[in-house]
Amino acid sequence: MITIEDLTVSFGAVQALRNVSLVAETGKITAVLGANGAGKTTLLRTISGLKEPKNGNIRLGDRSLVGMRTEDIARLGIAHVPEGRGVIGEFTVEENLRLGAMIAKVNLQKGLEEQYVQFPVLGERRKQHAAKLSGGERQMLAMARALIAEPSVLLLDEPSLGLAPLVTAQLMHTIQSLCETSDLTVILVEQNASSALRIANHAVVLHVGKVVANDAASNVAADDNLRQYYLGLVE
Amino acid sequence: MDPFLTSRVVTDILGGLTNGVIYGMVALSLVLIWRSTGILNFAQGAMPMFATYIGFVIFASHLNYWACVGVSVLAAAAIGGLTERLMVRGLYGKPEINPIVVMVGFLIVLEAVAASLWSSTPRSLPSPFSPIDWQLAGKPLSLSPFSVYEIATALVVMTAVAALFRFTKLGLQLRASALAPEVSRLLGVRVGRLLTFGWMLATTVGVITTILVASNFFTGLTPQIMDGIFAYGFIAAAIGGLESPVGAIVAGVMLGIVNQFVDDFVNENAVIIIALILLIVSLMIRPSGVFTKSTQRRV
Repeated sequence: MITIEDLTVSFGAVQALRNVSLVAETGKITAVLGANGAGKTTLLRTISGLKEPKNGNIRLGDRSLVGMRTEDIARLGIAHVPEGRGVIGEFTVEENLRLGAMIAKVNLQKGLEEQYVQFPVLGERRKQHAAKLSGGERQMLAMARALIAEPSVLLLDEPSLGLAPLVTAQLMHTIQSLCETSDLTVILVEQNASSALRIANHAVVLHVGKVVANDAASNVAADDNLRQYYLGLVE
Repeated sequence: MDPFLTSRVVTDILGGLTNGVIYGMVALSLVLIWRSTGILNFAQGAMPMFATYIGFVIFASHLNYWACVGVSVLAAAAIGGLTERLMVRGLYGKPEINPIVVMVGFLIVLEAVAASLWSSTPRSLPSPFSPIDWQLAGKPLSLSPFSVYEIATALVVMTAVAALFRFTKLGLQLRASALAPEVSRLLGVRVGRLLTFGWMLATTVGVITTILVASNFFTGLTPQIMDGIFAYGFIAAAIGGLESPVGAIVAGVMLGIVNQFVDDFVNENAVIIIALILLIVSLMIRPSGVFTKSTQRRV
Protein backbone atom coordinates (compact mmCIF):
# COMPACT_ATOMS: atom_id res chain seq x y z
CA MET A 1 0.00 0.00 0.00
CA ILE A 2 1.21 3.49 -0.88
CA THR A 3 0.15 6.32 1.39
CA ILE A 4 0.66 9.93 0.40
CA GLU A 5 0.17 12.58 3.06
CA ASP A 6 0.01 16.34 2.53
CA LEU A 7 2.42 16.24 -0.37
CA THR A 8 3.58 19.59 -1.74
CA VAL A 9 5.97 19.79 -4.68
CA SER A 10 7.32 22.98 -6.23
CA PHE A 11 9.18 23.97 -9.37
CA GLY A 12 10.67 27.25 -8.24
CA ALA A 13 7.76 29.52 -7.35
CA VAL A 14 5.21 27.25 -9.03
CA GLN A 15 3.52 24.65 -6.85
CA ALA A 16 2.89 21.55 -8.96
CA LEU A 17 1.24 19.63 -6.11
CA ARG A 18 -0.50 21.23 -3.14
CA ASN A 19 -1.20 19.20 0.00
CA VAL A 20 -2.07 16.07 -1.94
CA SER A 21 -3.16 13.08 0.13
CA LEU A 22 -4.27 9.70 -1.14
CA VAL A 23 -4.03 6.01 -0.44
CA ALA A 24 -3.37 3.36 -3.11
CA GLU A 25 -4.63 0.07 -1.70
CA THR A 26 -2.80 -3.21 -2.18
CA GLY A 27 -4.09 -5.21 -5.13
CA LYS A 28 -6.20 -2.31 -6.42
CA ILE A 29 -5.97 0.14 -9.28
CA THR A 30 -5.95 3.80 -8.28
CA ALA A 31 -6.50 6.09 -11.24
CA VAL A 32 -5.05 9.59 -11.05
CA LEU A 33 -6.91 11.79 -13.51
CA GLY A 34 -6.85 15.38 -14.61
CA ALA A 35 -6.00 17.72 -17.44
CA ASN A 36 -2.52 18.64 -18.68
CA GLY A 37 -0.58 20.41 -15.96
CA ALA A 38 -2.72 18.97 -13.16
CA GLY A 39 0.37 17.44 -11.53
CA LYS A 40 -0.21 13.78 -12.35
CA THR A 41 3.25 13.06 -13.74
CA THR A 42 4.87 15.09 -10.95
CA LEU A 43 3.06 12.90 -8.43
CA LEU A 44 4.54 9.71 -9.92
CA ARG A 45 8.00 11.26 -10.27
CA THR A 46 7.91 12.28 -6.63
CA ILE A 47 6.90 8.80 -5.52
CA SER A 48 9.86 7.42 -7.50
CA GLY A 49 12.29 9.89 -5.99
CA LEU A 50 12.95 11.72 -9.25
CA LYS A 51 11.54 14.87 -7.67
CA GLU A 52 12.07 15.98 -4.10
CA PRO A 53 8.89 17.09 -2.27
CA LYS A 54 8.79 20.37 -0.41
CA ASN A 55 6.53 19.01 2.29
CA GLY A 56 4.61 15.88 3.13
CA ASN A 57 5.32 12.20 3.20
CA ILE A 58 5.12 9.13 0.96
CA ARG A 59 5.05 5.71 2.58
CA LEU A 60 5.30 2.18 1.23
CA GLY A 61 3.65 0.26 4.05
CA ASP A 62 5.29 1.84 7.09
CA ARG A 63 8.46 2.91 5.33
CA SER A 64 8.92 6.53 4.29
CA LEU A 65 10.29 6.99 0.77
CA VAL A 66 11.05 10.69 1.06
CA GLY A 67 14.77 11.41 0.71
CA MET A 68 15.54 7.98 -0.75
CA ARG A 69 17.36 7.64 -4.07
CA THR A 70 15.35 6.57 -7.11
CA GLU A 71 17.31 3.35 -7.55
CA ASP A 72 16.75 2.40 -3.91
CA ILE A 73 13.02 3.05 -4.23
CA ALA A 74 12.98 0.80 -7.33
CA ARG A 75 14.78 -1.87 -5.34
CA LEU A 76 12.00 -1.74 -2.73
CA GLY A 77 9.62 -3.01 -5.41
CA ILE A 78 8.19 0.17 -6.90
CA ALA A 79 8.26 -0.03 -10.70
CA HIS A 80 7.66 3.13 -12.68
CA VAL A 81 6.79 3.08 -16.38
CA PRO A 82 7.39 6.70 -17.34
CA GLU A 83 5.51 8.83 -19.81
CA GLY A 84 6.80 8.00 -23.28
CA ARG A 85 7.51 4.42 -22.06
CA GLY A 86 11.26 4.82 -21.64
CA VAL A 87 12.22 1.72 -23.56
CA ILE A 88 15.81 1.86 -24.75
CA GLY A 89 15.60 1.86 -28.53
CA GLU A 90 19.22 0.80 -29.05
CA PHE A 91 18.61 -2.35 -26.99
CA THR A 92 16.84 -5.45 -28.22
CA VAL A 93 13.58 -6.48 -26.61
CA GLU A 94 15.42 -9.09 -24.58
CA GLU A 95 18.13 -6.68 -23.46
CA ASN A 96 15.44 -4.29 -22.22
CA LEU A 97 13.89 -7.14 -20.27
CA ARG A 98 17.25 -8.29 -18.91
CA LEU A 99 17.83 -4.76 -17.67
CA GLY A 100 14.46 -4.81 -15.91
CA ALA A 101 15.31 -8.16 -14.33
CA MET A 102 18.58 -6.86 -12.92
CA ILE A 103 17.11 -6.27 -9.47
CA ALA A 104 14.76 -9.27 -9.59
CA LYS A 105 15.17 -12.08 -7.12
CA VAL A 106 13.65 -14.56 -9.57
CA ASN A 107 15.51 -16.60 -12.16
CA LEU A 108 16.12 -14.56 -15.34
CA GLN A 109 15.05 -17.30 -17.75
CA LYS A 110 11.88 -17.99 -15.81
CA GLY A 111 11.11 -14.27 -15.69
CA LEU A 112 11.63 -13.91 -19.43
CA GLU A 113 9.38 -16.88 -20.20
CA GLU A 114 6.65 -15.48 -17.95
CA GLN A 115 6.72 -12.15 -19.76
CA TYR A 116 6.71 -13.85 -23.16
CA VAL A 117 3.61 -15.77 -22.10
CA GLN A 118 1.96 -12.57 -20.84
CA PHE A 119 3.01 -10.59 -23.94
CA PRO A 120 3.49 -13.12 -26.78
CA VAL A 121 4.50 -10.47 -29.33
CA LEU A 122 7.59 -9.71 -27.25
CA GLY A 123 8.64 -13.34 -27.44
CA GLU A 124 8.35 -13.21 -31.22
CA ARG A 125 10.45 -10.06 -31.37
CA ARG A 126 12.93 -10.79 -28.61
CA LYS A 127 15.98 -10.18 -30.86
CA GLN A 128 14.56 -7.06 -32.48
CA HIS A 129 15.67 -3.57 -31.49
CA ALA A 130 13.06 -1.79 -29.39
CA ALA A 131 13.25 1.24 -31.71
CA LYS A 132 11.58 -0.87 -34.40
CA LEU A 133 8.53 -1.78 -32.30
CA SER A 134 5.13 -0.14 -32.75
CA GLY A 135 3.76 2.16 -30.04
CA GLY A 136 1.61 -0.59 -28.55
CA GLU A 137 4.48 -3.07 -28.56
CA ARG A 138 6.74 -0.52 -26.89
CA GLN A 139 4.16 -0.05 -24.18
CA MET A 140 3.95 -3.80 -23.67
CA LEU A 141 7.73 -3.95 -23.47
CA ALA A 142 7.82 -1.13 -20.93
CA MET A 143 5.25 -2.94 -18.80
CA ALA A 144 6.95 -6.31 -19.16
CA ARG A 145 10.28 -4.73 -18.21
CA ALA A 146 8.68 -3.30 -15.10
CA LEU A 147 6.85 -6.52 -14.21
CA ILE A 148 9.78 -8.90 -14.68
CA ALA A 149 11.25 -7.70 -11.38
CA GLU A 150 7.98 -8.74 -9.67
CA PRO A 151 7.25 -5.33 -8.12
CA SER A 152 4.66 -4.79 -5.43
CA VAL A 153 3.70 -1.38 -6.84
CA LEU A 154 3.37 -0.37 -10.50
CA LEU A 155 3.29 3.30 -11.44
CA LEU A 156 1.97 3.79 -14.97
CA ASP A 157 2.24 7.23 -16.55
CA GLU A 158 -0.10 7.74 -19.50
CA PRO A 159 0.19 4.18 -20.87
CA SER A 160 -2.46 4.84 -23.54
CA LEU A 161 -0.73 7.92 -24.93
CA GLY A 162 -0.54 7.70 -28.72
CA LEU A 163 -2.19 4.28 -28.91
CA ALA A 164 -5.16 3.28 -31.06
CA PRO A 165 -8.43 2.74 -29.14
CA LEU A 166 -8.31 -1.03 -29.66
CA VAL A 167 -4.74 -1.25 -28.38
CA THR A 168 -5.68 0.95 -25.42
CA ALA A 169 -8.56 -1.38 -24.58
CA GLN A 170 -6.25 -4.40 -24.70
CA LEU A 171 -3.73 -2.61 -22.53
CA MET A 172 -6.31 -1.68 -19.92
CA HIS A 173 -7.56 -5.27 -19.89
CA THR A 174 -3.99 -6.47 -19.28
CA ILE A 175 -3.54 -4.05 -16.37
CA GLN A 176 -6.82 -5.20 -14.86
CA SER A 177 -5.88 -8.87 -15.23
CA LEU A 178 -2.54 -8.25 -13.54
CA CYS A 179 -4.25 -6.79 -10.49
CA GLU A 180 -6.83 -9.52 -10.32
CA THR A 181 -4.23 -12.29 -10.43
CA SER A 182 -1.74 -10.78 -7.98
CA ASP A 183 -1.40 -8.35 -5.10
CA LEU A 184 0.00 -5.71 -7.41
CA THR A 185 -0.83 -2.14 -6.42
CA VAL A 186 -1.29 0.07 -9.48
CA ILE A 187 -1.31 3.85 -9.65
CA LEU A 188 -2.52 4.67 -13.12
CA VAL A 189 -2.04 8.21 -14.39
CA GLU A 190 -4.24 8.82 -17.41
CA GLN A 191 -5.70 11.59 -19.51
CA ASN A 192 -7.97 9.03 -21.09
CA ALA A 193 -10.34 9.17 -18.12
CA SER A 194 -13.07 6.92 -19.45
CA SER A 195 -10.66 4.03 -20.13
CA ALA A 196 -9.02 4.41 -16.74
CA LEU A 197 -12.29 4.67 -14.82
CA ARG A 198 -13.53 1.47 -16.45
CA ILE A 199 -10.80 -0.61 -14.79
CA ALA A 200 -9.92 1.42 -11.68
CA ASN A 201 -11.17 0.64 -8.19
CA HIS A 202 -10.46 4.10 -6.89
CA ALA A 203 -9.97 7.47 -8.57
CA VAL A 204 -8.30 10.71 -7.60
CA VAL A 205 -8.88 13.81 -9.69
CA LEU A 206 -6.24 16.53 -9.68
CA HIS A 207 -6.76 20.09 -10.80
CA VAL A 208 -3.76 22.46 -10.89
CA GLY A 209 -2.00 20.44 -8.21
CA LYS A 210 -4.95 20.01 -5.82
CA VAL A 211 -7.14 17.00 -5.17
CA VAL A 212 -10.68 17.85 -6.20
CA ALA A 213 -12.08 14.31 -5.92
CA ASN A 214 -10.94 11.19 -4.09
CA ASP A 215 -13.53 8.44 -4.25
CA ALA A 216 -14.47 5.06 -5.64
CA ALA A 217 -13.97 5.02 -9.41
CA SER A 218 -17.65 4.25 -9.98
CA ASN A 219 -18.66 7.33 -7.97
CA VAL A 220 -16.26 9.57 -9.86
CA ALA A 221 -17.52 8.15 -13.15
CA ALA A 222 -21.09 8.89 -12.10
CA ASP A 223 -20.43 12.49 -11.00
CA ASP A 224 -21.53 14.73 -13.84
CA ASN A 225 -19.74 17.81 -12.49
CA LEU A 226 -16.41 15.99 -12.28
CA ARG A 227 -16.91 14.45 -15.68
CA GLN A 228 -17.76 17.74 -17.31
CA TYR A 229 -15.44 20.23 -15.60
CA TYR A 230 -12.33 18.20 -14.75
CA LEU A 231 -12.28 15.14 -16.96
CA GLY A 232 -13.60 16.58 -20.19
CA LEU A 233 -16.11 13.74 -20.54
CA VAL A 234 -19.17 15.19 -22.20
CA GLU A 235 -22.11 12.93 -23.05
CA MET B 1 54.96 -4.56 -58.73
CA ASP B 2 58.45 -3.53 -57.74
CA PRO B 3 59.54 -5.83 -54.85
CA PHE B 4 61.12 -2.84 -53.14
CA LEU B 5 57.81 -0.97 -53.26
CA THR B 6 55.96 -4.07 -52.10
CA SER B 7 58.19 -4.41 -49.12
CA ARG B 8 57.85 -0.66 -48.45
CA VAL B 9 54.04 -0.90 -48.53
CA VAL B 10 54.04 -3.93 -46.22
CA THR B 11 56.45 -2.17 -43.90
CA ASP B 12 54.28 0.94 -43.80
CA ILE B 13 51.15 -1.07 -43.10
CA LEU B 14 52.82 -2.94 -40.25
CA GLY B 15 54.34 0.22 -38.80
CA GLY B 16 51.02 2.04 -39.17
CA LEU B 17 49.18 -0.80 -37.51
CA THR B 18 51.47 -0.61 -34.48
CA ASN B 19 50.85 3.13 -34.09
CA GLY B 20 47.22 2.78 -35.06
CA VAL B 21 46.28 0.42 -32.26
CA ILE B 22 47.72 2.97 -29.82
CA TYR B 23 45.60 5.75 -31.36
CA GLY B 24 42.65 3.36 -31.29
CA MET B 25 43.09 2.69 -27.58
CA VAL B 26 43.33 6.42 -26.78
CA ALA B 27 40.21 6.99 -28.88
CA LEU B 28 38.46 4.10 -27.10
CA SER B 29 39.19 5.58 -23.68
CA LEU B 30 37.81 8.94 -24.85
CA VAL B 31 34.68 7.27 -26.20
CA LEU B 32 34.12 5.33 -22.97
CA ILE B 33 33.94 8.58 -21.00
CA TRP B 34 32.02 10.51 -23.63
CA ARG B 35 29.34 7.82 -23.93
CA SER B 36 28.80 7.51 -20.21
CA THR B 37 29.05 11.13 -19.13
CA GLY B 38 29.01 13.35 -22.22
CA ILE B 39 32.35 14.82 -21.24
CA LEU B 40 35.34 15.12 -23.54
CA ASN B 41 38.21 14.33 -21.20
CA PHE B 42 41.17 16.42 -22.30
CA ALA B 43 43.17 15.00 -19.37
CA GLN B 44 42.71 11.49 -20.75
CA GLY B 45 46.40 11.37 -21.63
CA ALA B 46 47.69 13.03 -18.47
CA MET B 47 45.78 10.93 -15.93
CA PRO B 48 47.26 7.62 -17.14
CA MET B 49 50.68 9.31 -17.46
CA PHE B 50 50.55 10.13 -13.75
CA ALA B 51 49.51 6.57 -12.90
CA THR B 52 52.38 5.21 -15.00
CA TYR B 53 54.84 7.34 -13.03
CA ILE B 54 53.39 5.97 -9.79
CA GLY B 55 53.79 2.38 -10.94
CA PHE B 56 57.10 2.62 -12.74
CA VAL B 57 59.04 5.29 -10.85
CA ILE B 58 57.97 4.90 -7.24
CA PHE B 59 57.98 1.11 -7.32
CA ALA B 60 60.51 0.43 -10.10
CA SER B 61 63.37 -0.45 -7.76
CA HIS B 62 61.24 -2.96 -5.83
CA LEU B 63 59.12 -4.64 -8.46
CA ASN B 64 59.54 -6.23 -11.88
CA TYR B 65 57.92 -4.90 -15.08
CA TRP B 66 54.67 -6.82 -14.76
CA ALA B 67 54.18 -5.92 -11.10
CA CYS B 68 54.75 -2.26 -12.02
CA VAL B 69 52.06 -2.66 -14.68
CA GLY B 70 49.72 -3.97 -11.98
CA VAL B 71 50.48 -1.04 -9.65
CA SER B 72 49.98 1.44 -12.50
CA VAL B 73 46.62 -0.10 -13.39
CA LEU B 74 45.47 0.14 -9.77
CA ALA B 75 46.72 3.73 -9.58
CA ALA B 76 44.91 4.57 -12.82
CA ALA B 77 41.65 3.08 -11.56
CA ALA B 78 41.99 5.11 -8.36
CA ILE B 79 42.81 8.33 -10.23
CA GLY B 80 39.89 7.80 -12.64
CA GLY B 81 37.43 7.03 -9.83
CA LEU B 82 38.54 9.92 -7.62
CA THR B 83 38.51 12.36 -10.53
CA GLU B 84 34.91 11.44 -11.33
CA ARG B 85 33.77 11.59 -7.71
CA LEU B 86 35.59 14.71 -6.58
CA MET B 87 35.91 16.84 -9.68
CA VAL B 88 33.62 15.75 -12.50
CA ARG B 89 30.41 14.86 -10.67
CA GLY B 90 29.60 18.49 -10.00
CA LEU B 91 29.97 19.28 -13.71
CA TYR B 92 27.17 17.05 -15.02
CA GLY B 93 24.39 19.09 -16.56
CA LYS B 94 26.51 22.25 -16.59
CA PRO B 95 27.33 24.14 -19.84
CA GLU B 96 29.60 22.08 -22.09
CA ILE B 97 32.44 24.57 -21.79
CA ASN B 98 32.76 23.99 -18.01
CA PRO B 99 34.07 20.40 -18.09
CA ILE B 100 36.33 21.28 -21.05
CA VAL B 101 37.97 24.11 -19.11
CA VAL B 102 38.26 22.00 -15.95
CA MET B 103 39.78 19.01 -17.74
CA VAL B 104 42.26 21.16 -19.71
CA GLY B 105 43.24 22.76 -16.40
CA PHE B 106 43.61 19.31 -14.82
CA LEU B 107 45.84 18.23 -17.73
CA ILE B 108 48.14 21.21 -17.14
CA VAL B 109 48.24 20.62 -13.38
CA LEU B 110 49.01 16.90 -13.72
CA GLU B 111 51.83 17.52 -16.20
CA ALA B 112 53.30 20.28 -14.04
CA VAL B 113 53.12 18.19 -10.87
CA ALA B 114 54.65 15.18 -12.64
CA ALA B 115 57.46 17.36 -13.99
CA SER B 116 58.21 18.83 -10.56
CA LEU B 117 58.09 15.45 -8.83
CA TRP B 118 59.90 13.33 -11.38
CA SER B 119 61.47 15.85 -13.83
CA SER B 120 60.84 16.05 -17.57
CA THR B 121 63.83 13.93 -18.51
CA PRO B 122 62.66 10.83 -20.39
CA ARG B 123 62.83 7.71 -18.26
CA SER B 124 63.21 4.46 -20.08
CA LEU B 125 60.99 1.68 -18.89
CA PRO B 126 62.34 -1.84 -18.96
CA SER B 127 60.89 -3.27 -22.16
CA PRO B 128 59.94 -6.93 -21.82
CA PHE B 129 60.40 -7.59 -25.53
CA SER B 130 63.05 -6.72 -28.07
CA PRO B 131 62.41 -3.56 -30.12
CA ILE B 132 64.65 -4.76 -32.96
CA ASP B 133 62.70 -5.26 -36.19
CA TRP B 134 62.49 -8.61 -37.86
CA GLN B 135 63.97 -8.81 -41.38
CA LEU B 136 62.22 -9.75 -44.61
CA ALA B 137 64.52 -10.58 -47.52
CA GLY B 138 67.32 -8.76 -45.80
CA LYS B 139 65.26 -5.62 -45.17
CA PRO B 140 63.76 -4.46 -41.83
CA LEU B 141 60.04 -5.22 -41.66
CA SER B 142 58.89 -2.51 -39.24
CA LEU B 143 57.69 -5.28 -36.98
CA SER B 144 59.48 -6.37 -33.84
CA PRO B 145 58.62 -8.62 -30.89
CA PHE B 146 57.76 -5.40 -29.06
CA SER B 147 55.36 -4.35 -31.87
CA VAL B 148 53.62 -7.71 -31.61
CA TYR B 149 53.37 -7.20 -27.84
CA GLU B 150 51.76 -3.78 -28.49
CA ILE B 151 49.29 -5.11 -31.05
CA ALA B 152 48.42 -8.21 -29.01
CA THR B 153 47.89 -6.18 -25.83
CA ALA B 154 45.68 -3.72 -27.68
CA LEU B 155 43.63 -6.58 -29.15
CA VAL B 156 43.22 -8.19 -25.72
CA VAL B 157 42.14 -4.88 -24.14
CA MET B 158 39.70 -4.07 -26.95
CA THR B 159 38.24 -7.59 -26.88
CA ALA B 160 37.88 -7.47 -23.11
CA VAL B 161 36.11 -4.09 -23.23
CA ALA B 162 33.83 -5.30 -26.04
CA ALA B 163 33.03 -8.52 -24.13
CA LEU B 164 32.33 -6.53 -20.96
CA PHE B 165 29.80 -4.36 -22.78
CA ARG B 166 28.29 -7.13 -24.90
CA PHE B 167 28.03 -10.12 -22.60
CA THR B 168 27.95 -9.05 -18.96
CA LYS B 169 25.29 -7.63 -16.66
CA LEU B 170 27.69 -4.85 -15.75
CA GLY B 171 28.11 -3.97 -19.42
CA LEU B 172 24.36 -3.92 -19.96
CA GLN B 173 23.98 -1.53 -17.03
CA LEU B 174 26.85 0.65 -18.26
CA ARG B 175 25.26 0.95 -21.69
CA ALA B 176 21.83 1.63 -20.22
CA SER B 177 23.21 4.29 -17.86
CA ALA B 178 24.83 6.05 -20.79
CA LEU B 179 21.79 5.87 -23.06
CA ALA B 180 19.00 6.49 -20.57
CA PRO B 181 20.21 7.43 -17.09
CA GLU B 182 16.79 8.31 -15.69
CA VAL B 183 15.12 5.14 -16.95
CA SER B 184 18.07 3.13 -15.61
CA ARG B 185 17.56 4.64 -12.16
CA LEU B 186 13.87 3.75 -12.32
CA LEU B 187 14.94 0.15 -12.97
CA GLY B 188 17.18 0.12 -9.90
CA VAL B 189 20.50 0.62 -11.68
CA ARG B 190 22.99 2.50 -9.50
CA VAL B 191 23.95 4.99 -12.19
CA GLY B 192 26.28 7.06 -10.00
CA ARG B 193 28.50 4.07 -9.22
CA LEU B 194 28.55 3.08 -12.87
CA LEU B 195 29.71 6.54 -13.92
CA THR B 196 32.61 6.20 -11.50
CA PHE B 197 33.35 2.76 -12.87
CA GLY B 198 33.28 4.15 -16.43
CA TRP B 199 36.01 6.66 -15.54
CA MET B 200 38.02 3.96 -13.80
CA LEU B 201 37.74 1.72 -16.85
CA ALA B 202 38.70 4.49 -19.28
CA THR B 203 41.73 5.50 -17.22
CA THR B 204 42.76 1.86 -16.97
CA VAL B 205 42.62 1.49 -20.76
CA GLY B 206 44.59 4.74 -20.89
CA VAL B 207 47.33 3.53 -18.56
CA ILE B 208 47.85 0.33 -20.53
CA THR B 209 48.22 2.49 -23.64
CA THR B 210 50.67 4.80 -21.87
CA ILE B 211 52.75 1.88 -20.62
CA LEU B 212 52.94 0.48 -24.15
CA VAL B 213 54.09 3.85 -25.46
CA ALA B 214 56.55 4.43 -22.62
CA SER B 215 57.95 0.90 -22.82
CA ASN B 216 59.05 1.62 -26.36
CA PHE B 217 62.83 1.88 -26.35
CA PHE B 218 62.73 5.04 -28.48
CA THR B 219 60.17 6.96 -26.39
CA GLY B 220 60.61 6.79 -22.63
CA LEU B 221 58.28 8.20 -20.01
CA THR B 222 57.87 11.98 -19.79
CA PRO B 223 55.06 14.16 -18.36
CA GLN B 224 54.09 15.10 -21.93
CA ILE B 225 54.36 11.57 -23.30
CA MET B 226 50.72 11.34 -24.35
CA ASP B 227 50.20 14.88 -25.68
CA GLY B 228 50.92 14.12 -29.35
CA ILE B 229 49.30 10.70 -29.21
CA PHE B 230 46.24 12.18 -27.53
CA ALA B 231 45.86 14.54 -30.51
CA TYR B 232 45.77 11.59 -32.93
CA GLY B 233 43.52 9.60 -30.59
CA PHE B 234 41.17 12.56 -30.46
CA ILE B 235 41.14 12.82 -34.25
CA ALA B 236 40.43 9.08 -34.49
CA ALA B 237 37.57 9.34 -31.98
CA ALA B 238 36.06 12.27 -33.88
CA ILE B 239 36.36 10.52 -37.25
CA GLY B 240 35.03 7.20 -35.93
CA GLY B 241 32.31 8.88 -33.91
CA LEU B 242 32.40 9.65 -30.21
CA GLU B 243 29.46 7.29 -29.74
CA SER B 244 31.16 4.31 -31.33
CA PRO B 245 33.85 2.24 -29.58
CA VAL B 246 34.32 0.12 -32.70
CA GLY B 247 34.51 3.26 -34.83
CA ALA B 248 37.16 4.73 -32.54
CA ILE B 249 39.35 1.64 -32.84
CA VAL B 250 38.93 1.23 -36.60
CA ALA B 251 39.53 4.95 -37.19
CA GLY B 252 42.60 4.81 -34.94
CA VAL B 253 44.11 1.92 -36.89
CA MET B 254 43.31 3.53 -40.24
CA LEU B 255 44.79 6.83 -39.10
CA GLY B 256 47.96 5.08 -37.98
CA ILE B 257 48.38 3.45 -41.37
CA VAL B 258 47.63 6.67 -43.29
CA ASN B 259 50.12 8.57 -41.11
CA GLN B 260 52.78 5.98 -41.82
CA PHE B 261 52.26 6.25 -45.57
CA VAL B 262 52.31 10.05 -45.46
CA ASP B 263 55.48 9.97 -43.36
CA ASP B 264 57.12 7.57 -45.79
CA PHE B 265 55.91 8.87 -49.15
CA VAL B 266 55.54 12.62 -48.40
CA ASN B 267 57.35 13.80 -45.27
CA GLU B 268 57.13 13.80 -41.50
CA ASN B 269 55.75 17.36 -41.28
CA ALA B 270 52.80 16.52 -43.50
CA VAL B 271 51.50 13.83 -41.13
CA ILE B 272 49.53 16.08 -38.78
CA ILE B 273 48.34 18.24 -41.70
CA ILE B 274 46.88 15.24 -43.53
CA ALA B 275 45.36 13.92 -40.28
CA LEU B 276 43.64 17.27 -39.67
CA ILE B 277 42.43 17.42 -43.28
CA LEU B 278 40.94 13.94 -42.84
CA LEU B 279 39.25 15.14 -39.66
CA ILE B 280 37.79 18.22 -41.34
CA VAL B 281 36.56 16.29 -44.37
CA SER B 282 34.98 13.56 -42.25
CA LEU B 283 33.28 16.13 -40.02
CA MET B 284 31.93 17.93 -43.06
CA ILE B 285 30.54 14.74 -44.56
CA ARG B 286 29.42 12.99 -41.34
CA PRO B 287 29.55 15.31 -38.33
CA SER B 288 28.49 12.57 -35.91
CA GLY B 289 31.28 10.27 -37.08
CA VAL B 290 31.69 7.67 -39.77
CA PHE B 291 30.57 4.79 -37.56
CA THR B 292 27.82 6.50 -35.55
CA LYS B 293 24.38 5.47 -36.73
CA SER B 294 22.39 8.38 -35.36
CA THR B 295 22.94 11.89 -34.07
CA GLN B 296 20.43 11.18 -31.33
CA ARG B 297 22.20 10.46 -28.09
CA ARG B 298 19.61 9.68 -25.48
CA VAL B 299 16.23 7.95 -25.64
